[in-house]
Amino acid sequence: MPTLIELKDGVCRGAEDAFTHVADDQDMATGDVIVSLARFQSEGDGLLSEGRRVGVRLKAEEEAEVLAYDLPRLAVVALDFPKYRDGRAYTNARLLRERFKFAGQVRAVGDVLREQAGFMVRVGFDAFEPADDASANEWQAAARRYRHVYQRSADGRAPAFAEREA
Amino acid sequence: MYQYDTIDKAMLADRSSEFRGQVARRLAGELTEDQFKPLRLMNGLYLQLHAYMLRVAIPYGSLNPAQLRKLAWIGRTYDKGYGHFTTRTNLQFHWIKLADTPDILDHLASVDMHAIQTSGNCIRNTTTDPYAGATAEEVDDPRVWAEAIRQWSTFHPEFSFLPRKFKIAITAAPKDRTAARVHDIGLVLKRARDGALGFEVIVGGGMGRTPYVGPTIREFLPVNRLLSYLEAILRVYNRHGRRDNIYKARIKILVAALGKDEFARQVEAEWAKIGEGADLPDTELARIRGAFAATAFEVLPAQSEAFEAAKASTPAFARFVRNNVKPHKKSGYGIVEVSLKGIGDTPGDATSEQMETVADLAEQYGLGDIRVTHEQNLVLPHVKLDDIPTVWAALRDAGIATPNINLVSDIIACPGLDYCALANARAIPIAQHIAEKFRDQDRAEKIGELKIKISGCINACGHHHVGHIGILGVDKKGEEFYQLTLGGSGAEDASVGSMLGPALPYEKVADAVDTLVDVYLRERQDGERFLDTFRRTGVTPFKEAVYADAH
Repeated sequence: MPTLIELKDGVCRGAEDAFTHVADDQDMATGDVIVSLARFQSEGDGLLSEGRRVGVRLKAEEEAEVLAYDLPRLAVVALDFPKYRDGRAYTNARLLRERFKFAGQVRAVGDVLREQAGFMVRVGFDAFEPADDASANEWQAAARRYRHVYQRSADGRAPAFAEREA
Repeated sequence: MYQYDTIDKAMLADRSSEFRGQVARRLAGELTEDQFKPLRLMNGLYLQLHAYMLRVAIPYGSLNPAQLRKLAWIGRTYDKGYGHFTTRTNLQFHWIKLADTPDILDHLASVDMHAIQTSGNCIRNTTTDPYAGATAEEVDDPRVWAEAIRQWSTFHPEFSFLPRKFKIAITAAPKDRTAARVHDIGLVLKRARDGALGFEVIVGGGMGRTPYVGPTIREFLPVNRLLSYLEAILRVYNRHGRRDNIYKARIKILVAALGKDEFARQVEAEWAKIGEGADLPDTELARIRGAFAATAFEVLPAQSEAFEAAKASTPAFARFVRNNVKPHKKSGYGIVEVSLKGIGDTPGDATSEQMETVADLAEQYGLGDIRVTHEQNLVLPHVKLDDIPTVWAALRDAGIATPNINLVSDIIACPGLDYCALANARAIPIAQHIAEKFRDQDRAEKIGELKIKISGCINACGHHHVGHIGILGVDKKGEEFYQLTLGGSGAEDASVGSMLGPALPYEKVADAVDTLVDVYLRERQDGERFLDTFRRTGVTPFKEAVYADAH
């Protein structure tokens, strides 16, 4: 089971994962679960009515908009990177934060590598299941490598043009 | 020119130290080549046939003398004493050792240069008019927007893992020197009747296996809305561009599949949701604009006695002026093109000494400004007419005053099989053979504007699809053959060339070009360029002549 790294108040820490990933062909686990979009659409109401926390795992080709009405009920949205080169989840993460104001956890799963940490943090990911065994410290170092940024994004960092005005 | 401030410099320092760590991990064996490859590619470092190649970014093709001198020094210290200017207006060093690359990046950073985003599926260097700030044709200075895009696209968190690489061109003159219509995005700066500035937005042009002239998806975008509109285009592309097939992953395929109207509708819908919050504040635009406004021109008479006297007394200088000197917006100044297409030379190559010559001339006579053109030449955009004879003599002594800009020997060629692992065939010696054939400068001038572009494979780095004569290297059972196309253009009259006929063997190509030129000279009517004649007559007379021997 992969380690989970959580980003809170600007600090990355290793964390116990309270959630179980349940694949579509697996029996439902007990406790807090992360399920596919399809499974959430058929079983989500039932799971939520049992009082547990529920997360949805979106594939790269599934768009965040499909969750717009369900977001207030979700604790986690996990976004899948089938390959590190597949950048669609960056758009999903950013829209979840900026457009839908999702306040729960946005978790990077799949081919998640430390070299991508900086980009992921900037678009609003706050939890990571690294595929390269990166430690929380290594993740932190990679995510904060650059002292400045040029663009507005979902992390609220002041871009260069705002720093110049200050 | 734009000056890097402490923030811009810190970005480069952070990048350089990150890469130094990554190279150390690779050299220590902590990273395999497979793991290292994506990291080096994010820093413009390719593994080619014989060595590593480092591609240095030259943002919008603009250099100052200190930067060009540093490139010369790097070429001498870490390479074989030269560099290769590319069609993306970058510079490639072809003989680099991996262990040297962190030091090279530090040296580049010391003059505000880098190799960021010169490879990978991200937003690459923006092309703009090499005459920007110098030509009277432009409605405004396009470098302002190229710099805004440079900053916006650098380490963009959402758009660094696109389906494929992404290239933007900006021109502000009706004569397009950027090939805007064959870029992923082409931006043409225009002034509306009320004086407001805006962009015509062209999306989905490109070359490669499936060449397209890009359609216009918006006739007029107010300039201050540029970044939000780019964000909308990139977001639609990032989500919906194909990722299952590398050859169908460019935005041109998405635009063609959806149709330009549906693509435009999706962009406009996304743009409406993004809103103005994603645009640059006017204060930042003013800051960037100010950096380009401060060129210290003198007030000079339109005529220069020294210039006119040199033209009258020295035919070689007069020829240089006819072909390599272009009108400047300020009276008493000229735009000087430095040819990196000497007869028999490798197109786009410059030795360290040649780079230093250009740097010195720019400093002494050119207001410290140097440009790289996508046609692989250099430009001194602001030279006083009084000084052009002196500048010409120095360029001539350095072997870079060939009077052939836009003529038959001003050829674009990719590195081809001499360097590149993807190539099917050599491109450089084909260019050299053709240039030799047209060594006679009177004949070359008589032929007039003729753009020959050569690619060693279908990836089309040599832009063959938009050559008036395009030449594509193909592999036929292990032998080099060349497919000729005619009638392409990358300029404001953009079009994709059409096939002449069966591919020709290596040794027949230069002769075939000679034959094509003869047909043109026979057929042309009052002042037509090769391209105009071809468009009027169609392929038939050309085809008959080239393949006459074969039947």
